[in-house]
Order: sequence, then C-alpha cells, then structure tokens
Amino acid sequence: MSNKIITPVEEFADLLPDEYKELINKGPFFKTKGIEDLGTFKEIIDEHPHCAGCGVALGVRLTAAALPSPEDTLIIGTPGCSFFGLSQAALNYSTTAFGNQNAVASGLKRMLTIRYPEQNKDVVVLVGDGGIADIGLDLTLHSWFRREKITTIMVDNEVYGNTGGQESGMSTQGKVLNMAPKGKLFPKLPVFDMAKISGCAYAVRVTVASPQKVGRAVRKAILIAREIGPTYVQIYTPCPTNLKFPPNQTVKIAKEAEKDYYAYEEFITAEAQDYLDKNNLK
Amino acid sequence: MMIQQQVVDAEYMLLQAEREKTFITGSEAVAEAVKRANVDMAVAYPITPQSESMHLIGELYAKGYLKDYYRGENEFAVMASIHGASLGGGRVFTATSGPGTLRAMEMFPVWAGSRQPIVCAFMCRGVSLPPSIQPENIEMSMLLDTGMLMFHAETAQDFFDMILKAYVIAEQPEVHLPVGVFADGFLVTHTRDQVKLPPENLKLPAYDPGCAPVPVFDMETPPMRITRDPLLNKSNFISYAANASWHQEILAAADRARKHIDRYLGGLLEVVNPNAKIFIVASGTAVSQSREALRHLEKEGIEAGLIKIKSIRPFPESELVKATANADLIVVPEFNAGGWLAREIKAVLDHNSRVVSGPRVFGGMTLPPELIAKEIKQRLYGGVNHVE
Repeated sequence: MSNKIITPVEEFADLLPDEYKELINKGPFFKTKGIEDLGTFKEIIDEHPHCAGCGVALGVRLTAAALPSPEDTLIIGTPGCSFFGLSQAALNYSTTAFGNQNAVASGLKRMLTIRYPEQNKDVVVLVGDGGIADIGLDLTLHSWFRREKITTIMVDNEVYGNTGGQESGMSTQGKVLNMAPKGKLFPKLPVFDMAKISGCAYAVRVTVASPQKVGRAVRKAILIAREIGPTYVQIYTPCPTNLKFPPNQTVKIAKEAEKDYYAYEEFITAEAQDYLDKNNLK
Repeated sequence: MMIQQQVVDAEYMLLQAEREKTFITGSEAVAEAVKRANVDMAVAYPITPQSESMHLIGELYAKGYLKDYYRGENEFAVMASIHGASLGGGRVFTATSGPGTLRAMEMFPVWAGSRQPIVCAFMCRGVSLPPSIQPENIEMSMLLDTGMLMFHAETAQDFFDMILKAYVIAEQPEVHLPVGVFADGFLVTHTRDQVKLPPENLKLPAYDPGCAPVPVFDMETPPMRITRDPLLNKSNFISYAANASWHQEILAAADRARKHIDRYLGGLLEVVNPNAKIFIVASGTAVSQSREALRHLEKEGIEAGLIKIKSIRPFPESELVKATANADLIVVPEFNAGGWLAREIKAVLDHNSRVVSGPRVFGGMTLPPELIAKEIKQRLYGGVNHVE
C-alpha cells in the first residue's frame, strides 16, 4: 500500500485515537524495523489476551516485528491460540475454518498477483501445530508441492491449547495430555523434515529463546517466498498452561529444548541462496 | 496472453444482446457462461459428473480467458482456495458434485458469513452409501441453510443463464453473497440441448471490489487494522449480539436479492396454466418431466398447471402462496429420497394436506412423466389402489 492510505488529512488528524497516530508516526510501516528495534517503535500487535508466559504470544510478537514489509503483508490464520493476538494486528488478518489456511493463502496470493502484478504482497500463514501438522497437513503439503509463493510459520506449542490441552501430532512421545491419557504413543511429526523434501526453498527450525534467529528466519523466509517458492519456519513456543510449567519458565524451557530435540537448523536451496546473495539480502 | 473481448454492461449481456442458437451439452454451457463472465480465477477438482465442465474451463484458461486456474488437492481445499482468491478482490468460479459438496461443506457458510460473491456450480448426484454417480439432488437439502443463494436449473439454457446472471446478482453491493447454481447431473450436464448464447466476444465488466460492503483483503483498502472475519465467540452478550446480527444481515441480504432475481431471472418461480386447480410444483429436471406429464394429463382431459421454482434460496414464499391460492391438489415430484422440496412447500402453504410429497426417484432411477400423472390420477379417482 501507499503511505497515503494510512496518513490522515491534516484537518482530521486530531480526531484519530492516539494509538492510531502512534502507529502512523512511530509504526513499522515503510521503515526497516526488526527484532533488534523492539521497544523503539509502535508494534503492529501491542496487546493480547494470551495466558501469562504464553510462548505463542512471544512467537507471534517476534514474527510480527520481523516482517520485512508489514504495509504489504497479509496474514492467514486458523482457529486456535494463535488467533488471539493476531486478531488485533494492524494489518489484514483472516481466519475461517480450521486447517484450511494454506489453501486460503494459495488462492489469496494468486489473486493478489493478478491484481497487483508489480507489487510484492507477502502472504504469510501464521498458525499453530494442530492447524498445520494435523487437520491441515494435506493442505500444507500440497501448497508446498505446488510451489505456492507463500510463507508458512508454525508456532509450535506441542498441544491443542485453545481447546484445553489435548495431544497434537507435534506433542512429544510419552507426554500425558488430554486425549492421550496413557501418554502419546508415537513421535513428534517430522514436519520440518517434510518441508525440505516437499518443495520448500527455505526452512528453519528455531525456538523463542533465540529471538534474533527467529527474526532472521522470518525475514529471509518472506523474501525468498516472493521470488523463489514456499518457505517454512517452525518456532517452538512452549505452553505453560497446558504443559504445566510456571509462566516465567517459558524461555528457559525453550532454551533447554534447543540443546535437545529443538536444535536450530536452517535449510536453504541453492537457488534461494543465490537469490539472497545476488540481491544482497540478509 | 489474454483474449480480447469487448466489455458490455450486464443489462446488455443478459437481457438485450442478440443470441445465437447452439446445440451443446450442459457442461459446455457452463464453460460458455464462464467465458463471458470475465472470471479472474478458477480452481478445479475432479468428480463425476462435474469434471467435464472444469476441463473446459481449464481450456479457457489455456486460451487466455482466465488469468489463473489450477487443480486443487480436494474439495475442501478448493473451496478454501476460492475463498482466499475472493477475499483478494477478484471474480472466481468453481464447481463440484455430490460427495465433493459434502467434503467441502464447512466452507459454504464461511463464504456466506464472509460475504463473498462466489459463484459455484453443483452438478448434483447421489451421495454414499450405497455409492451412486447418478442424478439425484439430495445435496441441495444439505445446503439450504448455509446462507448461499441457490438457483436450480432445468435445462442447459438455464444453467448457462443462471451462472452468468448469478455473478450480477451476487455482486450487487446490497447482496454480496455466494450463489450456488445447481443442475441435476448427467440429465443436464451430459445431454445436448438447444442453448441460445450471446456473442462470445462480449464479457461482463470486471468485478469491482470497491463496491463490496466488506473491506477488500489486499492491504490497499482502509482500515488496515481489519480482521476478516471476526472471532465472535466470546462468552458475553455483546459477542452474542454481534454474532446474531451478522447472521441476520446475511438473511436480510438474501432477501434483498429477490428484486434482482426478479429482474434477471424473470422471477423466483414460473407458472404454467395459472388457473388450474391441480398443480405440479418442481425444480430442476423434474420440471421437464412435469411438462411432459401435463401433456399426458391433457390427453386424458385432466387440466393441471405447473410451477417451476427457480430460486430455492431465497425461497418464493409469497409467490407460491399466491400461485396456489385456489389449488386443491399440489404434487411435488423430486429426484431425491428426502423430499426436501415438498417440505419447503408444506412449510409455507396453508392447508398443506393439499401437498403430496412425491413421486420421488433416486439411486439412478428416471422420473417417467407417467409416474407423475399417475400420482395425480390416484388422488382424483381412486386413492392408492387406483390402477389404470
């Protein structure tokens, strides 16, 4: 969009709420802002109703702060905890039926390419593990197989949070959760590995304990999706409410996971790396 | 490479342009409608008897009539993708049949709730079990309360006209709802019929997202801080009230479509022999069978009339009450086991013991005109034991 769209005419500027004015004057639109600038600009999401210590809220906040062009970013969500902060984001956000996000994003991206062939419209799927890995897995994979130019970001809290702590495919084996009364009987789904062989040009596994890495991953994923193909970022966002740990331990839990099964990993195709290098993108 | 077509206004395209006679299948009629509808994008998924029409639309894309087209992974994904494309502010088309309709079911109330003017064709067939690919329109009964407008085509001509006109009706700013255009599979899709078409070098004006009553999802349309569509499921009264009023507005928008259906489809229903005391009321291909039944009855000296219901949603309540005010007997033949049309009719008429729910055929059976005539003669002459 052009900044004329959000800039109020002088006569009416006073009438607008302070929050809006702050967004125009100190927001991230048309400026390069990132994780390292948090605290110095008005964020597109600055309040939320998530539980105390929510890893998803942190993952969503970091993702929102890392968007390379929030003024031309459209986020597709799905029902679940990821919705709550995003529904108050200062950009276009839509969520409809559970698990349909990558198909909605495919249609949206294609239509925006038809309508705005000269502009980059970044279509980003930002949803939880249940939406991507369970109910929406087929639509996720097929959007990658088709090489849709969209970015898929999973905020992985390893549980169905919003419905009350049920086992998800991304829960760890053995974990006792609702609907897994004897503990989960099979391993965490290898969605990250599937991304690598299903057409993603770039994929990162990271946790909220490494915000700089989250920022870089989101930024690169969106830039690569513009030109090369689908990209995937999987962020570990632990859930104190349902995984039953104190809310001030979220980052610690994520840090411990980094040393274990959630080690940082970046996958990039030669074509995507070449694109970043040639355009001097970081 | 886009095909060069001349843009003409809807009035000219739909009501005035001179038409040429062709002899084509219903599937071909669908493609002819899409060809003239200035559709931006279509998404396809195979299912019998829908597939042929979406093959033909793929060919239209290859020739440059559409700007994008692909085969999706299943019907739920297709309807979701079509939703995303419509959110993005363009004109879209898709189609499905029977089990595909049910597979996609969750998306239809989403389309309506999101106020998307999506046009989707349904080539109706049986749903399992036992499996049947044959003509049957039980799926329509499952869509009655999704919020979509629903038109039921009798012939390939209807199918062509209703799809093209559906865009114009759906996109009225005061309507802005999805439209399902239904035809009984095979009987309409796979048979050739005379279809009169306006010139193929004409097309409707492009969809104008600026006229939508909801903000377009493109980060170009203020306000930017917009959630499509809102999560109105908090446990408080304001949330309940907002949710309820949104639903009421969808119903009201469907009501506001009536005058546009009158204008472009020539009414929500059509009446043959309005002074009759006996009426057959039908929709879809059951109408054609009923026309033939009228001829049988006429030969035997029985005067009967016919009411063809074209718009199932909105339903022509007042028109039907008026048309049947003096009727003693109303017979409702249907291509499904449930008898949903008879239920709809019984729900709006006084003295609904006048309404005979049947004859009904399903599972691939045909609906012989004799069967319809017999239903009437039994009521006139001999109760259920009447034998010719």
